[in-house]
Amino acid sequence: MSTIATPLPETTATWKLPYRGKVGMACLIVAESAIFTIFVVAYLFYVGKSFSGPTPREVLETPIFYTVCLLSSSLTIHLAGKALERGRRAAFLLLWLLTIALGAFFLYGTGQEWHRFIYERGLTISTNLFGTTYYSLVGLHAFHVTAGLTLLAIVLLFGLAGRVGPEHSARVEVLSLYWHFVDAVWIVVFTVVYVLGR
Amino acid sequence: MSSDVMAIQSADAAGRSWTEVLHEWVTTVDHKRLGVLYILYALFFLVIGGIEATIIRIQLMRPHNDFVSPQVFNRMFTMHGTTMIFFVAMPILFGFANYLVPLMIGARDMAFPRLNAFSFWLTAFGGFLLYFSFLGGSGLYGAGNAPDVGWWAYAPLASRAFSPGHSSDYWTIALLASGFGSIATAINIIATIISMRCPGMTLGRMPLFAWLNLVMSGMVLLAISPLSAAQIMLLVDRYLGGHFFDTQAGGSATLWMHFFWIFGHPEVYVLIIPCFAFASEIIPVFSRKPIFGYPVMVGATVCIAFVSMSVWAHHMFTIGMNSYANSFFAITTMAVGVPTGIKIFNWLGTMWGGKIQFKTPMLFCIGFLFQFLIAGLTGIMLSAAPFNWQLSGSYFVVAHFHYVIVGGILFALFGAFYYWYPKITGRMLSETLGKLHFWLFLIGFHLTFDLMHVPGVLGMPRRIYTYEPGRGWDTLNYLVTIGAFVQSIATLVFVANLIVSYFKGKKAGNDPWDAWTLEWSVSSPPPPAYNFASIPTVASRRPLWDLKHPEDPDSRYE
Repeated sequence: MSTIATPLPETTATWKLPYRGKVGMACLIVAESAIFTIFVVAYLFYVGKSFSGPTPREVLETPIFYTVCLLSSSLTIHLAGKALERGRRAAFLLLWLLTIALGAFFLYGTGQEWHRFIYERGLTISTNLFGTTYYSLVGLHAFHVTAGLTLLAIVLLFGLAGRVGPEHSARVEVLSLYWHFVDAVWIVVFTVVYVLGR
Repeated sequence: MSSDVMAIQSADAAGRSWTEVLHEWVTTVDHKRLGVLYILYALFFLVIGGIEATIIRIQLMRPHNDFVSPQVFNRMFTMHGTTMIFFVAMPILFGFANYLVPLMIGARDMAFPRLNAFSFWLTAFGGFLLYFSFLGGSGLYGAGNAPDVGWWAYAPLASRAFSPGHSSDYWTIALLASGFGSIATAINIIATIISMRCPGMTLGRMPLFAWLNLVMSGMVLLAISPLSAAQIMLLVDRYLGGHFFDTQAGGSATLWMHFFWIFGHPEVYVLIIPCFAFASEIIPVFSRKPIFGYPVMVGATVCIAFVSMSVWAHHMFTIGMNSYANSFFAITTMAVGVPTGIKIFNWLGTMWGGKIQFKTPMLFCIGFLFQFLIAGLTGIMLSAAPFNWQLSGSYFVVAHFHYVIVGGILFALFGAFYYWYPKITGRMLSETLGKLHFWLFLIGFHLTFDLMHVPGVLGMPRRIYTYEPGRGWDTLNYLVTIGAFVQSIATLVFVANLIVSYFKGKKAGNDPWDAWTLEWSVSSPPPPAYNFASIPTVASRRPLWDLKHPEDPDSRYE
């Protein structure tokens, strides 16, 4: 009784639906984009509305080097995925490690910038509107980088234990989708904070 | 088959202690059990939210009443709104989606069963956190107890200066937690529908229920996320000394309004679209006709989803936007009525010429149709900015959105309960009690919410603690309160029906309504864990019709 006995052999044979992991990650990216949009809107809305200094022009220095680090990690993770697909595990691990290193570099850059702002320029989240919006937006992105790095590190540990093979390629692909998103968001944050917001 | 499965289940149940059963339910990842947990959880909060509504109505029953203090009154309307939207409507609709979507598309579970359990417990945790504020809201300050800033929590009322203690923080964190739960559920529903459909179930053959829940989930992704973002900002303001909504430091109270309503208005459609889904399944079955204009129904729903994303500021006409913004939001708001109207005509088209059976689910759906239409019409009235300037923040608005939420959403939900209860429990709900429930609730509803428009037009503001006698509001408010009591009694009849029928109800069998979608092909309740012994293959929008009428299957015409 629980089967519908309408024969449709030709459809059954060719019935293929998208991988659920990819669909799920795409949805997460849509939701996250909405969250970032709200923070970006708040940032742009409050540009130049602070009652007191320091202003963005006084303190911001464009972090070119760290941006290049983060963006090139998109390339390395892509190559890592390709290497895994072809079964070249050593190349995969090396590229994966490189991705983590580049991401960690970027995070270090953000930390250094924050340290400079707080201890040399006296800018904290409660100083003025610039501080509130800057630390929230950049901090939200840094949080996503941290989450991404944690996930990447877990895959690395499994990889070092020899548990990641070509059969996991689709799952690794899902994670690299997230990492590409984190990188893409940085392009927006970079443009908003360091280019438009000055 | 159904009796076999039930016999096995009860034999199992007899052999196990209650702790084992409890453990099984708490650790379950089965979409059906999680669906039932969602629904039970929401019914629990429905009773609590209903009690709060009753307290509000008793206070407003006559002028100069002091049934509760003004402080308690503020907490009651805040908690009533927050509870009903976030901890009744959302979880109950997610519960039905969870239970029915995999069954309808011929899948054995959701795409991510463990994520599903995680979202339920996040939502549940959010609700308990909100209500813990009654105990913990005072914190060390001895001030505040349960949130009292209204369910919009407008700035600067929600700032530290005006909302000391932790009550607003409980509100914020409860909404943040349940919001993440909702986003995760939406992701799950979308992935399930995109990736788990059984062979032959193309998007064009999917039951409208699945289609509409797909659209609803897409809206959740875009609507709940802004709310979560705004809540994070509010927490930054309250805990880290940020200035997002702090007007003293250049922050903007208006920005909070925008962020809240960017969530708030699509949220209405997030709630009503699953109810459209109920109506789209129930009305055809009890009219004995396939749904009229299936592709147009899908198109209209997607259209509603798009347009409803750009109407939010019609909640803010009175803050003084420029005339371009006013015109834009007035026009988009009126435009959203067009696809909604198309849907109403399609349901009428389905009923037209059908052999209508007036069973309880159908009665509730017909009630839904009429009341939702009227709610839409007052919505069109309020979308005209000059009219809105006059009546914004009055009881007319309260009557309007309760007409949507109670007259539309709740009626369709009751219909869904009567329709799918046999599938979920294996027993029919009593028709006698069901009819009593319907008529009592209908009378109570109209007594309360029809009359509530009038004091609004006469100038009675919402959220008012009490009022002077002799303004023409007295008798109306008295009758409105009586209506609220009639609705409470009807709800008790419903709860009694749920309980009594669970033990004494007539056995349902697989397919008590002679329906056409896949969930009716399996036993009632469906086999735990796997749903379908072998994954079905479908060839049309009504697979069970094809099965029952091999001589004239739908697949021949589609």
